[in-house]
Amino acid sequence: MIQVLAFYLFAGLTLASGLAVILSRNPVHSVLWLILAFFNAAGLMVLLGAEFIAMLLVIVYVGAVAVLFLFVVMMLDIDFATLRAGFTKSLPLGLFIAGVLLAELLLGMGAEHIGALKIGTADGQNAALAGASNIEAIGTLLYGRYLFLFEVSGLILLVAMVGAIILTHRQREGVRGQNISRQVSRRPDEATVNTRPGVGEGVQI
Amino acid sequence: MIGIEHYIVVSSILFVLGVLGIFINRKNIITVLMAIELILLAVNINLVAFSSFLHDLTGQIFAMFVLTVAAGEAAIGLAILVIYFRGRGTIAVDDVNHLKG
Repeated sequence: MIQVLAFYLFAGLTLASGLAVILSRNPVHSVLWLILAFFNAAGLMVLLGAEFIAMLLVIVYVGAVAVLFLFVVMMLDIDFATLRAGFTKSLPLGLFIAGVLLAELLLGMGAEHIGALKIGTADGQNAALAGASNIEAIGTLLYGRYLFLFEVSGLILLVAMVGAIILTHRQREGVRGQNISRQVSRRPDEATVNTRPGVGEGVQI
Repeated sequence: MIGIEHYIVVSSILFVLGVLGIFINRKNIITVLMAIELILLAVNINLVAFSSFLHDLTGQIFAMFVLTVAAGEAAIGLAILVIYFRGRGTIAVDDVNHLKG
């Protein structure tokens, strides 16, 4: 019973905050609703017994992606009122396409419900280890069978990081930077001079 | 009792909300990126639900990969957004046709 209640709470809040993300006027509010949607989706995943993915969702999405969004929204000085000008113009088309998409998705579910379509069964090769916790089972698979995919996903993150840095990095004019090769190739005889100035004459540099 | 159909309905509705968000916020690319995140979240819910009900961990592994790609996509998308704003002073994307050649 408590599971049913928790499911409807999390599902309802996820959908409501998802709706608020796309409808709210202020993008800062959108980001905050997005964070609520992620938290509730993490709750759904805990109900499903996938604790590791749930925690990953909170850490990666809420801790990194949502904060990145918030950072960009607050950093850029954008007039959001003009951006909403075409809202009502594209609403009918959007509602039409969304309605068709939802009808198709639910049609597939109806076909499964009356028995015209069968959900497949797992081949059992990646079944959870008996007695192992969720994270242990995932770790065994991730560092075993999916090791190559895991490394490729690390490479994707590296490429994304390098790309983001190269895109946003800019060279400013008139900044006195450090010229390391000049610094390293300096020799004592070109850097220092021996002079013997007379008393009261000073040194010409 | 809560079956897999409930989770599929939730993820379907969330997916459609994301698609709708792309359409109705066409000018505001920040909200479009957030709608894409909603779509990827719906996909993740679907993957984890099937993984849980079929007692097979493949879905959870692939949900992690989707998460990775979503993080990279958000970083690159926001970086492009920042340099676009730096050059134009606006993020209205309905007149982005500089590359028409």
